[in-house]
Amino acid sequence: MNLELILFIVLALIAAVSAVMVITQSHPVMSAIFLILNFFALAGLYLLLNAQFIAVVQVIVYAGAIMVLFLFVLMLLNTSSEFKVLTDKKFIKFFALLISAFVFVQLAYLIFFTKPSNAVKGNLNVSSQIGTIQNIGKELYTNYIIPFEAAGFLLLAATIGALILAKKKFE
Amino acid sequence: MVTNYIPIFLVLLAASIFGAAVVFSSRIFGPLRPNKVKIMPYESGKDPIGTTNERISIKYYLVAMLFIVFDIEVIYVYPWAVEFKKLFAQYGLFAFVPMFIFLVVLELGFVYIFMKGGLRWD
Amino acid sequence: MYQNSTEIFQMMPFIIIGAGILLSIAVEMSIKKSELILPWFSILIFAVSAVISIAGIQQESVLFGGMIAAGGKAAIFNFIFNVGAALVVLNSVDYIKKYGTYYGEYYILVQSSVLGMMMMSGAKDIIMIFMGLELMSICFYVLAGINRKKFSANEASMKYFLLGAFATGFVIYGIALIYGTSATTKIDDIISGFNRLITNPLFVAGFIFLLIGFSFKIAAFPFHMWVPDVYQGSATTVTGLMSTTGKTAAFSVFIIILAAIFSTHSINKFTPYFAAIASLSMLYGSIVAISQDNVKRMLAYSSIAHAGYMAIGLAAGNISSESGIIFYLAAYTFMNIGAFGIVSIIEGENDTQLGISSYAGLGNRNPVLAAFMALFMFALAGIPPLAGFFGKYYVFIGAIEGGLTWLAVIGVISSVISVYFYLRVVVYMYFREPQEEIKIYSDNLSLSAVVVSGLLVIIFGLFPDTLLNLITSALIR
Repeated sequence: MNLELILFIVLALIAAVSAVMVITQSHPVMSAIFLILNFFALAGLYLLLNAQFIAVVQVIVYAGAIMVLFLFVLMLLNTSSEFKVLTDKKFIKFFALLISAFVFVQLAYLIFFTKPSNAVKGNLNVSSQIGTIQNIGKELYTNYIIPFEAAGFLLLAATIGALILAKKKFE
Repeated sequence: MVTNYIPIFLVLLAASIFGAAVVFSSRIFGPLRPNKVKIMPYESGKDPIGTTNERISIKYYLVAMLFIVFDIEVIYVYPWAVEFKKLFAQYGLFAFVPMFIFLVVLELGFVYIFMKGGLRWD
Repeated sequence: MYQNSTEIFQMMPFIIIGAGILLSIAVEMSIKKSELILPWFSILIFAVSAVISIAGIQQESVLFGGMIAAGGKAAIFNFIFNVGAALVVLNSVDYIKKYGTYYGEYYILVQSSVLGMMMMSGAKDIIMIFMGLELMSICFYVLAGINRKKFSANEASMKYFLLGAFATGFVIYGIALIYGTSATTKIDDIISGFNRLITNPLFVAGFIFLLIGFSFKIAAFPFHMWVPDVYQGSATTVTGLMSTTGKTAAFSVFIIILAAIFSTHSINKFTPYFAAIASLSMLYGSIVAISQDNVKRMLAYSSIAHAGYMAIGLAAGNISSESGIIFYLAAYTFMNIGAFGIVSIIEGENDTQLGISSYAGLGNRNPVLAAFMALFMFALAGIPPLAGFFGKYYVFIGAIEGGLTWLAVIGVISSVISVYFYLRVVVYMYFREPQEEIKIYSDNLSLSAVVVSGLLVIIFGLFPDTLLNLITSALIR
């Protein structure tokens, strides 16, 4: 067993257990905190896959900024009453079970019955370089300029939308 | 390889040990004599009213939302800065153009927020 | 990579709208009386962008390293989006004045949503589709709730946002599976390897997720539950925009990603999916619309039914049905914007005068308005010689060519059902006495938007060949 495998097993276990904890906690804020742990474990997994930039973004944006939004939403809603509505309905649980079973079957199929894509298989050295910041910078500012500029306009629209919907005194 | 990340891992470990030490050392070293008044939630010296599950104002949410937008902006700028030398060598001043447009779009959004009083806490 | 000048010129519609958004923001934050400038500025940039798009229809080219296409069918879609948005903006000026809640952001968000739609219809890469979809959707979520103080608008915005985010989740999951199985996000590469990839069950699963995500956006039957509430709760002009150009953008994505099926006569594995959503949407939309007394809600259910008619073309999957869908989308855009324009004129303050009884006696009191409403109702019902008839006709022809006669029969049956609730409005306008005092504000701008869309519906109805030839020539290239 090499170091990568040991790290993978540890991180995967943390990710899986914390994901289960997210949905079993009775207090939503605790769920959110386990979600942070899950994000960190995922970031570690990304690092093992040589996707350093994605790993850093995962920590900065998801574990940092998005989690803050999650917590604010939990505090905006009156969680104690609204959380019960979700847990009391039987058919919601059934529906959730159905969807997760479906996703599970799909992922199991993915793991056990498909071969790795040929595009990755042949040149491991090239594909291990894909996730570096240099490579992302090169691709993003040459081939992917238009999606990049589109992201600018997307963020602009989100800014304006957030301001107009959430600002109390808007003139 | 994975061994490259050992320094980062050590920093993370040191940071979490330090954080845990700050939080829990007072519990270990300090005398622990709780009474009913001491473990009450602190509300400026008054007796607390209601639960702690108060709904907070949407104003916080707006700030967090704007923070995310500019957080993502920085994420986009970072790879450009790392790769800038090569881009500049290859395309000359054109290497500035995409990032310039991107920044103009987002900074206009920032000025807009500022002018509309989005950062005012009213 | 960095482009030469001719390719920059082909990007002009995008550049114009993008620059327009930035200028509008500058105007909005620096000038107090921006409501005097922004609508006309928006109409100007939409008009210029529409003209440039349609001028470049003859040469289709792929720009920026295979990211985005200009000309060809993208030009036709861009034309529909821009003209539709211009009409909606023209319609909004008086409507916003009537409500007294003016936000300059309204026009900025309309422009941004059009930019998103143009990205979707010109996309050559799945990432572009996703960026465009998000840009359009975020603008629509906000526009649905732009009337911030109205409870029903907030409800509409929230419902639209939650279900839209759910649909986006489907889209992203589908994209992940497609990328995982094909190792590319370029649509042309996926299409050229389509017959090989389609044997991979995971690719099919990813594709179906993508289709489900966009079925939400076109408001087809099992994914329609947000439609009535959102269309009813949003401002009427916004509903006009969402139900027409938004639907057109989602259909343009269907046409782009199903291009392999449309062009190469390969076996359409997705026929059962589209046939199911088409037949169910047509029947459900037409039958439920019968019992609606609120005209906005009736038009929402009719929108579900129309999504069904258009999905027939996707099920058939041949060239003639493809041009049929595009013709139908153009026709539907103009007749529905016209219909919602009239609803916005009749509508009173605080969601009053939306019921069908408010239309009673309109034929005597305001003959022009009544005549145009009748025109749009006839067009939506598919009565010749109006644009709506030819839309349905071409789609049904495509279905029969594709061996789906039963689907065309269901289409005809539900068209017959739909005649009932469309003509009910006409009957109320001309043969019922008004029971309540209806105050109609004089709206010359809205009326001009209605007149323009009415004329377009008549022109497309009388000379369907002009538009159809344009579409076919754009598709064959």
